[in-house]
Amino acid sequence: MTATQTDSTGAARPPNLTHGLDFSALQDSARTLDLASEKSCLEVEGLQLFYGEKQALYDIRLRVPRQRVSAFIGPSGCGKSTLLRCFNRMNDLIDGVRIEGELRLDGADIYAPSVDVAELRRRIGMVFQKPNPFPKSIYENVAYGLRIQGERSRRMLDEVVEEALRSAALWDEVKDRLHDNALGLSGGQQQRLVIARAIAIKPEVLLLDEPASALDPISTLKIEELIYELKSRYTIVIVTHNMQQAARVSDYTAFMHMGELIEFGDTNTVFTNPAKKRTEDYITGRYG
Amino acid sequence: MEKSKLTQHISQQFNQELEHVRSQLLAMGGLVEQQIRDALTALIEADSKLGEQVVREDYKVNAFEVSIDEECSRILARRQPAASDLRLIMAVIKTITDLERIGDEAEKIGRMAVRLAETERPQDYYAEIAHLGELGRAAVHQALDALARVDIDQAVRVAKDDARIDRAYVGITRQLITFMMEDPRSITRSLDVMWAARALERIGDHAANICEYVIYLARGKDVRHTSLEQVEKELLESR
Repeated sequence: MTATQTDSTGAARPPNLTHGLDFSALQDSARTLDLASEKSCLEVEGLQLFYGEKQALYDIRLRVPRQRVSAFIGPSGCGKSTLLRCFNRMNDLIDGVRIEGELRLDGADIYAPSVDVAELRRRIGMVFQKPNPFPKSIYENVAYGLRIQGERSRRMLDEVVEEALRSAALWDEVKDRLHDNALGLSGGQQQRLVIARAIAIKPEVLLLDEPASALDPISTLKIEELIYELKSRYTIVIVTHNMQQAARVSDYTAFMHMGELIEFGDTNTVFTNPAKKRTEDYITGRYG
Repeated sequence: MEKSKLTQHISQQFNQELEHVRSQLLAMGGLVEQQIRDALTALIEADSKLGEQVVREDYKVNAFEVSIDEECSRILARRQPAASDLRLIMAVIKTITDLERIGDEAEKIGRMAVRLAETERPQDYYAEIAHLGELGRAAVHQALDALARVDIDQAVRVAKDDARIDRAYVGITRQLITFMMEDPRSITRSLDVMWAARALERIGDHAANICEYVIYLARGKDVRHTSLEQVEKELLESR
């Protein structure tokens, strides 16, 4: 906005308010995301999942957009964590799980026999509800992934550890005690450490399963801020029970109910004007 | 905003809060309608006492606005409403601003009524103004009714009817100009009548605004600054 101007007589006259206004800002804030025009990173096609006899996921079709934050919300037992765990084949570890349909990362089948699961999990990192640092030093926690990949160079490790801790917004808090035990950190710090550990090996996707539900509000906000910082480099999928959190951090929101994907759309629309009644009932806290 | 839709939340307390906002809003609407009616009666029947009462009572309308506004911000802060609940709160916040302005216009008419009660009344006893006033009051009533029932069809109808109010206003203006040219002694009175007519025309505009909030509430679509033809077309398409 322009400052008060003076006319030829030297008297002050009010600034021309419309002249200096930048209307592009208005257009920017009004622009909503468009799922159809996004590049997809993960694709799910006709996914059915069974725990023994019991079917947990029904015909899920979904394209998770690249370098965006997608949130999965829904009541307990709706299958959102199960779906999340399909992406890096965590369900392989559970007996009696049967999967039909197709999941693709960058167009390649995640469940193809030729896939190296360890390599898949390097590309698709995961963070859980409870922080699970190794009982090692802060430094060794972050360097762990690189060490098992065979990285020996001290200089290289130092660089990666610092970069990962900076990316996880933890560096300033731990730089003077990198060799202290990680279990001495607070819950919120531990969770950011685990995220630093996940991003140290340069994944493409970060899966976050209730990453802040065990944290206090301030630590939660730090994690949310971190998610915002990270999305320019990673595709992030977050499962959360906290609907306000989904509304705050995500670009796109998927609502799941009883093993079905009810609605997947841009978060602004889902939270102001959802297309489906079941979504509406859930996010406004009505009886389903 | 039907009652049944408000009361389906798992949280009983939230149900009560929304129900309270709704009943306060309808009470405010009722009061504003009464103010318009009284102001018109005062004007047409040269009842300066009633005119003064309208001016005096405007504080109640203002108090309603402040109280509902506070309640809405409390709900926003404590409940973080989403989807239709959020749109309801937004629609209420906007509606009370228009209702408060309508109250101010009624107060203006009341003030004109007090002044005009001193002067000689025109031969037609303000028949045209009475007609315009009835259109304005009905528009407010129907807009609030559409809001209370989330009735889009009625909202569009009332918003369209605003053109009739505008035409009636233009008619009065022409008539008053003729009076003033015929008899310059009537200019003072005519100008006061003109102010009252102007206030009624504004009331119609505020009613039309409320109708736009009804469409936003029902469909999540902001139709301000959109032509009515366009709005109708889109509403038909979305059915």
